[in-house]
Amino acid sequence: MKNVVYVILGTFLGIVLYKSEAASWFRIYEMFQFDSFHMYGIIGSALAVGTVLVLLIKKGRIKSFSGEIISIPDKEKSFARYILGGTLFGLGWALAGACPGPIYILVGAGYWPIIIVLIGAVLGALVYGIVRGKLPH
Amino acid sequence: MLYQPWPWYVAGPLIAIIMALLILMGKKFGMSSNLETFCSIGGAGKFTDYFKIDVKSKRWNLLVVLGSVIGGFLGAHWLSPDPAVHISDETVTKLQDLGFDSAGKAYLPTELFSMESLADPKVWVILLVAGFLIGFGTRYAGGCTSGHAISGLSNLQRPSLIAVIGFFIGGLIMVHVLFPLIFAK
Repeated sequence: MKNVVYVILGTFLGIVLYKSEAASWFRIYEMFQFDSFHMYGIIGSALAVGTVLVLLIKKGRIKSFSGEIISIPDKEKSFARYILGGTLFGLGWALAGACPGPIYILVGAGYWPIIIVLIGAVLGALVYGIVRGKLPH
Repeated sequence: MLYQPWPWYVAGPLIAIIMALLILMGKKFGMSSNLETFCSIGGAGKFTDYFKIDVKSKRWNLLVVLGSVIGGFLGAHWLSPDPAVHISDETVTKLQDLGFDSAGKAYLPTELFSMESLADPKVWVILLVAGFLIGFGTRYAGGCTSGHAISGLSNLQRPSLIAVIGFFIGGLIMVHVLFPLIFAK
């Protein structure tokens, strides 16, 4: 049953990101050109609603489906990995015009060349896993 | 309405609700860790212990991926009679200067994402390098747009703010400095 819910949530996410054009290369380029509020509106309103929901969940006002109070772990403290990794990701995000979620969505939409981006992304994760010991974290 | 592009104030809150539902199911909203799971499934644990993970524990996230693919199919084939993304006129002009004549007429630039475009080896290199940067960068930074920009910032995490600043540094360099070099006509 739970498995079906994950697929449905993913499907819903896919439709939302496709229909809001957040999965469009053009919208990502436009965002980095500051020519439209659209992408900032999506991220900003997701954050506004998300912050309230996360706060209510953390305070225990909203409990998990199994009735427990949920604790959300903090992100590990570091500067180097976030700024360096973030910048590398940003370079790829702008060039491919897609982040990991939209890559899968665009496969479903039938834009086959995105599969090359997906293969590159898996290779990138693989190389990171191999060389991570040598990188500043 | 359903068949028109959805406005930001509909999409943003819906994304937040999907994130909250995943948290309520005891999971978290993040798409990039799947890239590592694929490595593990492919046997990358032979190279480094980093990929020796219990793939079963990641199955739920792969099901979200499966759903995303279905969602993309439904969004593109059933819910969007007109795929054109109506970006701003300024953006269209800038893209035409870079050689993207499909700007304003398509969902993705046909210059990069059509089967015909794959006749050009340069396009393969661009797509492969872009993917590599996404995969390497997102795992190095411990998250992508969903994990840091939405989940992390919603939880007021300073590391996520640093990562998102990095996302924008990289994106701005790519679009403003590197695009004119990569796509010079």
